Amino acid sequence: MLTSNSQAHLSEAVVSPDSRSIESQRVTVIEAGKQEKQYWHDLWSFRELLYFLSWRDILVRYKQTVIGLSWSIIRPFLLMIIMTFAFNKVAHLHSGKIPYALFVMAGLLPWQFFSTALSESSMSMVTNKDMISKIYFPRLLIPLSAVVVSFVDAMIGFAIYLSMSIFYHVYPTWRIILLPLLMILTFLPSIGFGLWFAALNVKYRDFRYIVPFIVQFGMYVSPVGYSIATVTNPVIRNCFYISPIAGIIDGWRWALLGQPLHLTGFSTAILTSVAVLVFGIWYFRRTEQQFADLI
Amino acid sequence: MSSIIQVENVSKLYRLGASQHRSYTALRDVVAEKAKALVQGFGSKNESPESKSRDFWALKNVSFEVNQGERVGVVGRNGAGKSTLLKVLSRITAPTKGKITIRGRLASLLEVGTGFHPELTGRENIYLNGAILGMTRPEITSKFDEIVEFAEVEKFLDTPVKRYSSGMYVRLAFAVAAHLEPEVLVVDEVLAVGDAQFQKKCLGKMEDVGRQGRTVIFVSHDMRAIRALCQSAILMRAGEASETLSVQEAVSLYSGDVLPNATKFPVVHDDIVIHSYKATQLGEWVDELDGGEKTVITVDAEIRRSLTSFRLGIQIKTALGAEVCRSLTPDWNEKHENMAPGRYLFSITIPANFLAPGSFIINLTASRYGIQDYLAYDHIDIHTIVRSPVDFNRAHLGEPIPGSVLISELWSIKKIEAGI
Repeated sequence: MLTSNSQAHLSEAVVSPDSRSIESQRVTVIEAGKQEKQYWHDLWSFRELLYFLSWRDILVRYKQTVIGLSWSIIRPFLLMIIMTFAFNKVAHLHSGKIPYALFVMAGLLPWQFFSTALSESSMSMVTNKDMISKIYFPRLLIPLSAVVVSFVDAMIGFAIYLSMSIFYHVYPTWRIILLPLLMILTFLPSIGFGLWFAALNVKYRDFRYIVPFIVQFGMYVSPVGYSIATVTNPVIRNCFYISPIAGIIDGWRWALLGQPLHLTGFSTAILTSVAVLVFGIWYFRRTEQQFADLI
Repeated sequence: MSSIIQVENVSKLYRLGASQHRSYTALRDVVAEKAKALVQGFGSKNESPESKSRDFWALKNVSFEVNQGERVGVVGRNGAGKSTLLKVLSRITAPTKGKITIRGRLASLLEVGTGFHPELTGRENIYLNGAILGMTRPEITSKFDEIVEFAEVEKFLDTPVKRYSSGMYVRLAFAVAAHLEPEVLVVDEVLAVGDAQFQKKCLGKMEDVGRQGRTVIFVSHDMRAIRALCQSAILMRAGEASETLSVQEAVSLYSGDVLPNATKFPVVHDDIVIHSYKATQLGEWVDELDGGEKTVITVDAEIRRSLTSFRLGIQIKTALGAEVCRSLTPDWNEKHENMAPGRYLFSITIPANFLAPGSFIINLTASRYGIQDYLAYDHIDIHTIVRSPVDFNRAHLGEPIPGSVLISELWSIKKIEAGI
C-alpha cells in the first residue's frame, strides 16, 4: 500500500479539472503478499468508526435488556460479596485496617475490565462476521471497540467503588491522581490479549470454549480476592507476577487504598503489558487478511 | 485519460479444505494432528498431494482497466468469480497474486444493510452505517436529509429498524450507501431487492453517480439493469475475465453461457427436434432466479410427425435430488397429448413466491407415454439458485427454511378474546 498524495495531486491536476476529487484523491495499491503500509493511515481515517461501534454496542446493550445498566452494577457487586465471604470469612484472610470488601472491590475493578475485555473482544469478530465478509475497514477496530465497551462497564464498577468508600469512610489519597495512568496501563494487556484471542477465535472456532476457562483460571491466579503479600514463599510470589494483571491489581490497590507496592512486580507488569500489546497487534495483523475467507 | 482502476494479473486461491469442506478449522483437530505427527516421528513435512487437489482458483490472471466516469458491468454465471473479484477490489480479501491500483476512494456495496442493527432506530443506523462505509460524521450530517428523503422513511426515523418493512429497510440501506461520494462505487446485485419503482430510482441514482464523473462497477444477473446502466462490460468465466466488451456483446455471450447444456442443442430425434430450453425472468435469460418473480420456462421444439400420447414438461428437483414437482403439457388439458407437425414454443410459468430460497435443478422431459423417452439419456437440466423474495421477512433469512416451496398466502390473525 502506498499513499503518495503529492504525486496524485500533480497527475490529477493535469488529468481532470474537477476540483472536488483533487483533495480526496489518493492512490491505493493492493499487491499480493505485501503488508499494507497504508493500514495505519486507514486506521486513523476510520477512527470515528471506533466511536460508532462502541456507541452501537453500548446503546444496544442498554436498549435490549430491561436490566441493562443494573446488570453491570449487580455483577461486580455480587462477585465482590462472594469473594469477601470466601476469602475473608471462610479462609480468614485479612487486609489490615481496610475493610475486606473494599480491598476486594479495588482488585475487582481492573480484573473485571481485563476479563470482560478479553471475552468480549475474543467473540467480537464472530458476532460481526457479516460486516467482515462484506465491507472493508481496519478489522482492528472491532476488538478495540469491544475493549472500549468493557471500559464503560468498568467505570460503572468504579462508581460502585466510590459509593463503597463513602460508606466505609475510607477515602482515596492523593495517589488517586495516578489512577488514569493505571487505567491506561490496564488497557495494554486487555487490548493485547483481546486481539490475540480475537484472531485465534476466527482461526479456530472451538477456541471460544476455552476462553471462559482461561478467564476463570485467571481470576484465581490473579490476586483479586487476596493479596500476594500473604504468600510467604518468595519464589511462588514471583511466579504470580509473571501475569501482568497481578502487578496491575497491586497498582490499583496502591492508588486507591495506599497498599504497599511490590516494585519488581509492578515494573514487570509494565514490561509484560507492553510486550503483550505488541504481540497481540502483530498476531492480529498477521492473520487479518485471511479473516474474510475464514469467517 | 488515465485509468482510475488498474487490475494486473490478479489471482485468488481458495483452499477448499480449510474454509468450505469443513466450515472451520477446529483447534482440537490441529492439536490432534500435531500430536499424531509427533508420535509418528517427524513425518514428511511436504504437503500431501490431496491438499493440492482441493485448491481452487477463484480468479485467474484477471487484468483490466477502468477509466474515470465509466460504468462497467461484470456479468457471468454463478461461481465465475464475480463476487471474489469485487471482494478483492474492495479489499475485503487479499489477492493471492497480482496488483491492483485504485486512484481515489473506493466504496463497495456488496449487500444492502450490512452493519445495520435491528435494535437501533433509523436515525442511529444511518450514522452507524455511514461510518462503516467510511463516511465522517460531518459528511453524514450534511447528507442526512437527502438520505432520509431518498429512502422515504421520514415518519419512521425514530423507530427501531426491526419494525421496518423489508422494503423500507432496503430503501434506507441503499440510500445511505448511494449518498457516499466515493470516486469508485462497487455494487453487487443490490438492485435485486426492492420493488420495481425503487429499483428504477436506484438505477437513476447510480447513473447520476456516473454522470458526476465517478466510476461504477456493477455486478448483476439482471441483464436489463446492466443494459440500462453500463457502457461496457466484462464477462467472467471460471475465474477468467474477458477483455472489456460492449454491453451488447457481453450480454449475448453471457446468455450463451446460461443456456443449459448449450452444446447439446439441437437434440435430434426422428419425431422431435429440441432447439432450446431456457428460463427467463422479465424476458431475460437468467441463471439465478429471483424467488419473488415469475419464471418462464420456454422450450423451442419441432414436431416432425403427428404424435399421440405426447408429453413434454419439466421436473423440479432440489440440488440434492429430492423431487419437488413436475408439470407436463397434457396435465390439465388432454388435447395436448396429440401434436400435429410443426415448430412450437412451449412455455410454462413457475409462479412468483413458489420456490423456497435454495438450489434447484429444473430438467426437461419429453416422451410418448409408454412408447418412447426422447430425453432419457440427454439430461437437459437448468441448474439454478433461487434467491429469497423481497417481501420475505428479512429476520428469517438467516435461518434455514425447511422444505422446498413457500406458501405465499398471508396468515390471518384475529383476536377472539382480550388477554389479561
